[in-house]
Amino acid sequence: MATLTYRDALNAALREEMQRDDSVFLMGEEVAEYDGAYKVSRGLLREFGPRRVVDTPIAELGFTGIGVGAAMVGLRPIVEVMTFNFALLAIDQIVNAAAKIRYMSGGQIGCPMVVRGPGGAALQLGAQHSQAFESWYAHIPGLKVVMPATPADAKGLLKSAIRDDNPVIFIEGEMLYNQKGDVPDEEYLIPLGKADIKRPGKDVTIICHSKTVAPALNAAKTLSDEGIDAEVIDLRTITPLDQDAILASVAKTNRVVVAEEGWGFAGVGAQVVDVIQREAFDQLDAPVIRVHQADVPMPYNKHLEKAAKADATRIAAAVHQVCYRN
Amino acid sequence: MATKVVMEALSPTMEEGRLVEWKKKEGDAVQTGDVLAEVETDKAVMELVARAAGTLLKQTVAAGATVPVAETVAWIGNAGEAVPGGDSAPAASPAPAPAAPSSSHPAAPAPTAAAAAVPSRTAPPAPAPAPTASTAPTAPTTGGRVKASPLAKRIAADRGLDLNGVAGSGPEGRIVKRDVENAVPKAAAQSVTGSGFSDIDLSPMRKTIAKRLAQSIGPIPTYYLTAEVDMERAHEAREALLALDSTGKFSFNDLLIRAAATALHLHPWVNAWWMDDKVRQWHEVHIGVAVAVEEGLITPVVRHADQKTLRAIAGEVRELAGRAREKKLKPEEYTGATFSISNLGMFGIDEFTAVINPPEAAILAVGRIEPKPVVMDGAVVVRRRMRMTLSCDHRVIDGATGAAFLKTLVGMLENPLALVW
Repeated sequence: MATLTYRDALNAALREEMQRDDSVFLMGEEVAEYDGAYKVSRGLLREFGPRRVVDTPIAELGFTGIGVGAAMVGLRPIVEVMTFNFALLAIDQIVNAAAKIRYMSGGQIGCPMVVRGPGGAALQLGAQHSQAFESWYAHIPGLKVVMPATPADAKGLLKSAIRDDNPVIFIEGEMLYNQKGDVPDEEYLIPLGKADIKRPGKDVTIICHSKTVAPALNAAKTLSDEGIDAEVIDLRTITPLDQDAILASVAKTNRVVVAEEGWGFAGVGAQVVDVIQREAFDQLDAPVIRVHQADVPMPYNKHLEKAAKADATRIAAAVHQVCYRN
Repeated sequence: MATKVVMEALSPTMEEGRLVEWKKKEGDAVQTGDVLAEVETDKAVMELVARAAGTLLKQTVAAGATVPVAETVAWIGNAGEAVPGGDSAPAASPAPAPAAPSSSHPAAPAPTAAAAAVPSRTAPPAPAPAPTASTAPTAPTTGGRVKASPLAKRIAADRGLDLNGVAGSGPEGRIVKRDVENAVPKAAAQSVTGSGFSDIDLSPMRKTIAKRLAQSIGPIPTYYLTAEVDMERAHEAREALLALDSTGKFSFNDLLIRAAATALHLHPWVNAWWMDDKVRQWHEVHIGVAVAVEEGLITPVVRHADQKTLRAIAGEVRELAGRAREKKLKPEEYTGATFSISNLGMFGIDEFTAVINPPEAAILAVGRIEPKPVVMDGAVVVRRRMRMTLSCDHRVIDGATGAAFLKTLVGMLENPLALVW
């Protein structure tokens, strides 16, 4: 098993899929000559040439639309957005075109594309560059939303996303690109719609995804010193949501904290709580508590930015609350 | 999708019901309106009817369990259909609102001395509620709401545990899983039989009676029943027995102990203890006899008084009373009575009320025997008469029950042959 960074795991997934399937191609700002803004596409231009690794102008609506069109005629485009903050410019293509084609054509035309890039806050990039928009995309029928938290998940999930016949919004973490982790040497796929138990436990379930997985695991570690055995569930895929994994864990622990990077109102956690209260009401021993970003634009100021984000301390505090400790 | 069957509020004051008996088994086909189970409310035993047709998929509570109103007791659906999550709530299955019975029944039957000799322990069934057009779900009444987590409620229902007796450790006293798991699981309304007694779990009706009456009088809601006995024949019997055995000595009080012991055997609800969460009904009769001593009062106990001869009782009482005055009784000799008698006849008291000695449910106060003019067969004659007053703990003994006991006792004293029969 090799130890790879998250970025190199994504790079490996792109390479493997492009080698495997000639219809797969990558396009986006600086993905070719510059090897990608975050170096995810490093070396791909040299290996696959400018026909399959395409630099685009700064025109998200336009090149995302080209991706939709390419997918409609049978290619498998991977559209890299420099960040999902910029993908707001392409939202019409994603929501009105990509998500709807299969439905509106009565199943005759598919849209097997991946829109990928980093989402959420990094470090002091300001309010316009620090937004976690996964709940926006998860809200739209027709889109799948995938958010890997580890290098191994990043590779296995991206390969599945590329092979999926539907539009997949693949949101990476800017702060995760340098994270290292074990990645299997042999080829593997991680199915979309399957959550992962990142840490088994019996006293409380912390449900998280993407960048909140690490703080959730840190919180679980702290909590175990206090005698609270927390289970950490990484959703990995927001839509489809792995309800079975959520409910199985709730049945085991009876207490839940949902942590996410985005804003609280109508966030991913709200959907998770809905599932739990509806399907596992009689399993609950305490109200479910959510940890999320403060409902303000992300501050630029370092200390305020830190204070606004969901972190291990706040997750642990929420666990205390649902366990009726303190 | 399977439909849940909930414990319905079958009377306006009902907060929980005891599922007495399942009338349908798991797997049975049911039609709307079929009787699924019998439920004992705080007033009566009533029928829980099916609000949906299909197959009774699962019974989530066992017969004998006490279940709060609106709690799931079973699922009805298509044969073979899985019950959702075993316990999850389908979005739309509102239970029909409880219909108010056409007349209100007082929770506690008023004590009536004129009731039948053998009172029924069950009040007449209230009219079955008619389904109403309203689809408002049955909600627990806010006044009696127990604050518990959904999980704690489910566990309690599964175990037949009454949440009313569980202390909550969650916020504002919310009962959570650990509280119900730590609570001693009460066997689902089963009577525990120990050596010499049976513990009877409190029925919803008895709980309600106990709660209301204790609020009204408390801590022991006592009431009194007085009867006058014709002691002529008892007097004759005593004279005859004394003539037979000039060495023997026995008093009317000994005769009274023997008569009471025999009558208690026939009225087990009077030979009982109030145990707060249950009634202990004794199969043995141990009679405490109040004896005045210098610094107060002590009640030595004649054990198994129902199995002893008058002579044995007389000897024992004298011996016990003697040692009581010398303060030489051992604790086991003055504790554990199932019923007590206090006799102040020798002090010239005609009639009085005695105070119940908890946990006993009753005490008999006996006055003196006095010749009195009474009407017999249309003529005024002089007869020896004695007045007795029974103090009863209403949480255990209802009016008619106490009266029936007193009637039996009077009959025995007026016909002492009953004591040898």
